[in-house]
Amino acid sequence: MKYFTRLRVRRIYEWRGAALGFNRKLQTYEYGSLSIRVEGLPHSTVISAGQHILIEGDDDDNPYVARVVRLFADESGAQKKAVVQWYVRVSEVPPGKLKLLGRNPHPQEVFFYEGRSCEDEVNAESVLRPVQVRHLDAAAPFPVSEDGDIFYVKLSWDSRTFRPVDPSLLDASRPPCRSLPLSPPSSPPAAAPAPGGPARRALPTPDPAVMRGAMATPASSRKPGAEAESLHSLTKLSASKCLSAKRRSATCRTPGVRKKLQLSSPDDPAALRDDVLQQLLEAELEKGRRSAAAASPSEPLRITHSLTPLRRTSRTPGRHDDFPLTPCSVRRRESQSETDSPPAGDDLSSPQLESSSSRRRVALRRNHATFRETTSTKRKEVQTGTEPVLEVLDEEEEKNCALRIPRRQSALKVSSRIRKQLNLLDDRLSSDEDEEEEEFVPSRKELQSDEEEDDEGDEEEDEELKVKKSRRSSSSAASRTKQKTSARTPRKAGPKTPRTHHHATPSIPNRAQPARRPGNILEEARARLHVSAVPESLPCREQEFQDIYSFVESKVLDGTGGCMYVSGVPGTGKTATVQEVMRCLQHAAEQDEIPPFVFIQINGMKMTDPHQAYAQILQKLTGQKATADHAAALLEKRFSHPAPRKETTVLLVDELDLLWTRKQNVMYNLFDWPTRRHARLVVLAIANTMDLPERILINRVASRLGLTRMSFQPYSFKQLQQIVTSRLNKLKAFEDDALQIVSRKVAALSGDARRCLDICRRATEICERSAAQLVGMSHVMQALDEMFSSPYIAAIRSASTQEQLFLRAVIAEFRRLGLEEATFQQVLVQHQALCRVEGLQPVGVSEGLAACRRLGACRLLLLEPSRLGVLQRVRLNVSQDDVLFALKAD
Amino acid sequence: MSKRKAKDAHLPIGECINQVHQILRKRFCHQQLPDKPEGVEAQHKHLAELLKRTAVHGESNSVLIVGPRGSGKTMLLRSVLRELSQETEVQKNLLQVHLNGLLQTDDRIALKEITRQLQLENVVGDRVFGSFAENLTFLLDALKKGDRSSSRPVLFVLDEFDLFACHKNQTLLYNLFDVAQSAQAPVAVVGLTCRLDVLELLEKRVKSRFSHRQIHLLSKLTFPQYLERVRDQLSLPDDFLDGKFAQEWNAAVTTLCEDRSAEEVLQRHFNSSTDFRSLHTLLMLCLSRVSVARPSITPADLLDASRLCLADANANMLHGLSILELCLIIAMKHLNDVYEGEPFNLQMVHNEFKKFLQRKSNSMYNFEQPVIMKAFEHLQQLELIRPADGASAKTQREFQLMRLMLDHGQIMEALQKYPQCPTDVKQWAMSAFA
Repeated sequence: MKYFTRLRVRRIYEWRGAALGFNRKLQTYEYGSLSIRVEGLPHSTVISAGQHILIEGDDDDNPYVARVVRLFADESGAQKKAVVQWYVRVSEVPPGKLKLLGRNPHPQEVFFYEGRSCEDEVNAESVLRPVQVRHLDAAAPFPVSEDGDIFYVKLSWDSRTFRPVDPSLLDASRPPCRSLPLSPPSSPPAAAPAPGGPARRALPTPDPAVMRGAMATPASSRKPGAEAESLHSLTKLSASKCLSAKRRSATCRTPGVRKKLQLSSPDDPAALRDDVLQQLLEAELEKGRRSAAAASPSEPLRITHSLTPLRRTSRTPGRHDDFPLTPCSVRRRESQSETDSPPAGDDLSSPQLESSSSRRRVALRRNHATFRETTSTKRKEVQTGTEPVLEVLDEEEEKNCALRIPRRQSALKVSSRIRKQLNLLDDRLSSDEDEEEEEFVPSRKELQSDEEEDDEGDEEEDEELKVKKSRRSSSSAASRTKQKTSARTPRKAGPKTPRTHHHATPSIPNRAQPARRPGNILEEARARLHVSAVPESLPCREQEFQDIYSFVESKVLDGTGGCMYVSGVPGTGKTATVQEVMRCLQHAAEQDEIPPFVFIQINGMKMTDPHQAYAQILQKLTGQKATADHAAALLEKRFSHPAPRKETTVLLVDELDLLWTRKQNVMYNLFDWPTRRHARLVVLAIANTMDLPERILINRVASRLGLTRMSFQPYSFKQLQQIVTSRLNKLKAFEDDALQIVSRKVAALSGDARRCLDICRRATEICERSAAQLVGMSHVMQALDEMFSSPYIAAIRSASTQEQLFLRAVIAEFRRLGLEEATFQQVLVQHQALCRVEGLQPVGVSEGLAACRRLGACRLLLLEPSRLGVLQRVRLNVSQDDVLFALKAD
Repeated sequence: MSKRKAKDAHLPIGECINQVHQILRKRFCHQQLPDKPEGVEAQHKHLAELLKRTAVHGESNSVLIVGPRGSGKTMLLRSVLRELSQETEVQKNLLQVHLNGLLQTDDRIALKEITRQLQLENVVGDRVFGSFAENLTFLLDALKKGDRSSSRPVLFVLDEFDLFACHKNQTLLYNLFDVAQSAQAPVAVVGLTCRLDVLELLEKRVKSRFSHRQIHLLSKLTFPQYLERVRDQLSLPDDFLDGKFAQEWNAAVTTLCEDRSAEEVLQRHFNSSTDFRSLHTLLMLCLSRVSVARPSITPADLLDASRLCLADANANMLHGLSILELCLIIAMKHLNDVYEGEPFNLQMVHNEFKKFLQRKSNSMYNFEQPVIMKAFEHLQQLELIRPADGASAKTQREFQLMRLMLDHGQIMEALQKYPQCPTDVKQWAMSAFA
């Protein structure tokens, strides 16, 4: 099924009828409905308030789903606007948050959006066409449907948690003139998208093929057209259908009546479907009362069980009699445990249960596989079920048979979908089962890994297990893969390359014995002074922290984008400060103080090629894996198209200078995206040089980076002292003077906090060896010596006699020539003369060359390639004074 | 010596000599670790403590071991690791990755090798060896997943560390040091290098992340210690099969070390270089002369071996030249003297040679030009002469500028030893006007 985008056709939007009124305050004209037609085609689609619509988004395959609340035009009438209530698709929920769902989302599932970070006013000209959204109760299964135009809403999403949709909320927001899809069981049958059938048919289609597709789709599902068809084929069906026909005529609310109604008024298909639902509900309620003693008020939960078999059965109506009886009891037990769970279906959204359910999911998947293999056995319980269920079942069968007769080919596809649904359902069901269900776990290994993994790792674990299981139960893997892909792009014809290894990140094996805890004060101090130890706060960077915090906060609050450039020499706390800011902001977002945002970071040093930045950003943003070029295209689309429901993205680019390419297109894009109107992207770029934009960036990139800059000064000695003191946190391990000398020394050299911490750490080691309690001056001095003293002089002193002579010969030759360079041949003459002076046997060429090369390997001398032999030129890598000093003291 | 042979009753002398060869060759060629570190106790302790803290406490560290070639860097590391592997707590936990800058010439190969040595490649099948970028993210993810207390510490040994600093962007070093400085899986990065200026090779960000711990291995050996070491290296162990033979051998070694001429030879070697490898080469040459007929090392053996060690390769090559080629070399030497090292060409050399023939033509013929040319080319093939810098190949061969790769001393030395060298040639070599 294709959507019609602006690229292909030009659509014309017109107000239908005159303005309903004029809002003086806002200077807007209110309208009742909007008609959309395609240029050159006579049909037009009417959109009116209360209707569900698709809105053009950044992904052509997944337009946004929303409900029109109000339609209006601005004063001049040129701008057509609409106020909408958003629904979030599965693919729009961050992949990390989908875990909260505790089950696999249905591809056609949408969530009622309750977040605040999205503007609800959209351009009416971005409306694509109407669509159907149906409310299902939290525990109800998803109906099997071929049609991608029906969405199901069960839960609401406020960018943090899933909650069951409050039907009253839907009611309250319902405009008086139109009605929502009803929320069972209380709400009366209402007419949801009014022009459903006919409007769809009248939808302007430029492409005949697409047109056919649009026509065919409603017929393939249980839509008005299909139901009409089913009546026609009724005569072909078996005697069991007569029963249901009788039943239909018995009550006024029977499907038969409904069908007649539908035939006469095909405008209200959704409403009637809801009636069916309600009917089923009631029937199931009866069954529940009879079967389970502990009947709770949570009828909606009950539906789950009864509906599932129905759907299953509907596929194979002809084989009713050969079922083994055993699995029935299993089902019954499930249903009982289900009844014990909290009412109103919010068990699924309550976090504790979710986590436990997701934990058990792995183990239970095998369970599902068994269920699936014995799909036929499941049907048995329908037989043992109560009378009304049977009736309804027959009713369902009828319809499905009618469907299947004309199109047997699709049966396979349909059944696979059903399997998927079953899988889903079982997942959810089993999440409420007791621990004893664990016995279905197929292998010890899986169980182990399951226990090891914590909740966060669950997603990945699932992925990995999937791979392992794929051979054993290929059907399970296949269906899961399909779900996975469909969750992302529900419209794709089939799963492409299954991304089975996607999250498989192995880790370093765990250690056999636990790491030893620090034993004494010095060890404790050493642990705290390690650079990797995360301090509670970052002293001495309060001002920078505040600046960055307010910058990012304001951007997040405004929903705008921007760039900031942070510079400073290594070890001045740039990355640490930014990360601290983000931690604080994320905390604030959790506390609802600011709108939620996404934080991702990339590092120029941690990629092999600047263009990999695109791929890494995309992966961290959406979990998608793509080549650099493809990722660039996707990101470009994401950041440049209007997407009203987008959260702000904060991107930290560390080591920016490594993203430099000759054309600088990576940097250009990174700084160009925030300037786009719809991007909502905040880029924090970190590099070492203060004047990087002026030095290496071409003008158009530097201009986009803007002037928001911050430079981190190297730490002063007081700050370094404070950093060490705050890390030690009243642990008395250092003498004050010792600390001061370290910080003064480091501040004088580089102001690098890492260096300061490393020296202090080394000093504790030296102190430990000398068996002192407190790190004193001498220890610190020794550590400083080790780290800062030049090794050259010691190396010259420890060199062999001939090497020392050679160095002297080099200096003598330099003096003679007045140059800082000489050939080996020249030096050798001096060397041999020196040997005679020293009373040693003169060296040969080979011996002299060997000494020369040894000095060259240490880089005391700089040499030309050795193939030049005696002709190679020699230079000193240390100052002549150093050499003379080292040799004189000898 | 014949007396000694007669007394040997326990084992036949051939067997004993065989054993001696086996034991000493193992020492000289296989770089067998000494039982205890000599002269590097402080460094040994420092490194051992460092690695132990990583293994036991999960503390990340980075350290460089710097010292000239042959100063015992690898030996130090190996003996520390041998010592650590005797402690079960360490042995069970520590994972080791050994890389060499000469083998892993770029980061891509290095990453593959790390993955292989950590045995991570089996986890996800062949996918790891996909692109370089994937490989890097894979490894970083793996390291990031670990934490200080629960994951096994990994020891990265980077031999020829300076070569890793030549890799593009120093990506590998940055990431290793970054892991060592952040709360990820504990790692210890040990770099071995002979370059004293290695820190200057590191990029500023990489340098900031390196802990700046350096262990310098600079030998402070004196000549008596050197002599002691020679004796130790040559002595047979106490548990030698034939105790009597061992006693005699050791006594012979002691007398050797006290011998005046042997001491002179050793002093010369000590002056030239103090490292183990050159000493082993010398002793190996001595050992190879030991046979049943000569069951001990004499000072003469040592002298011969030393002569072999210090022999000049280029001067030796001159012995094999024809008289004509030698004459050309002498002509070049005179040209070098006259023009103070300026390059010359074949024509100039030929002229110089012709002048000599005109003066003293009694013993030499005047050779044809093609013959001279052939001899000249042969000298070039032996790399005794090489084209001067910047000389293009387009010029005719007769006029191509050349430089002599020999020192005057080498030429004179070779002439002295040249068999049946005509006297007038010798005289000509001494003086251009002879």
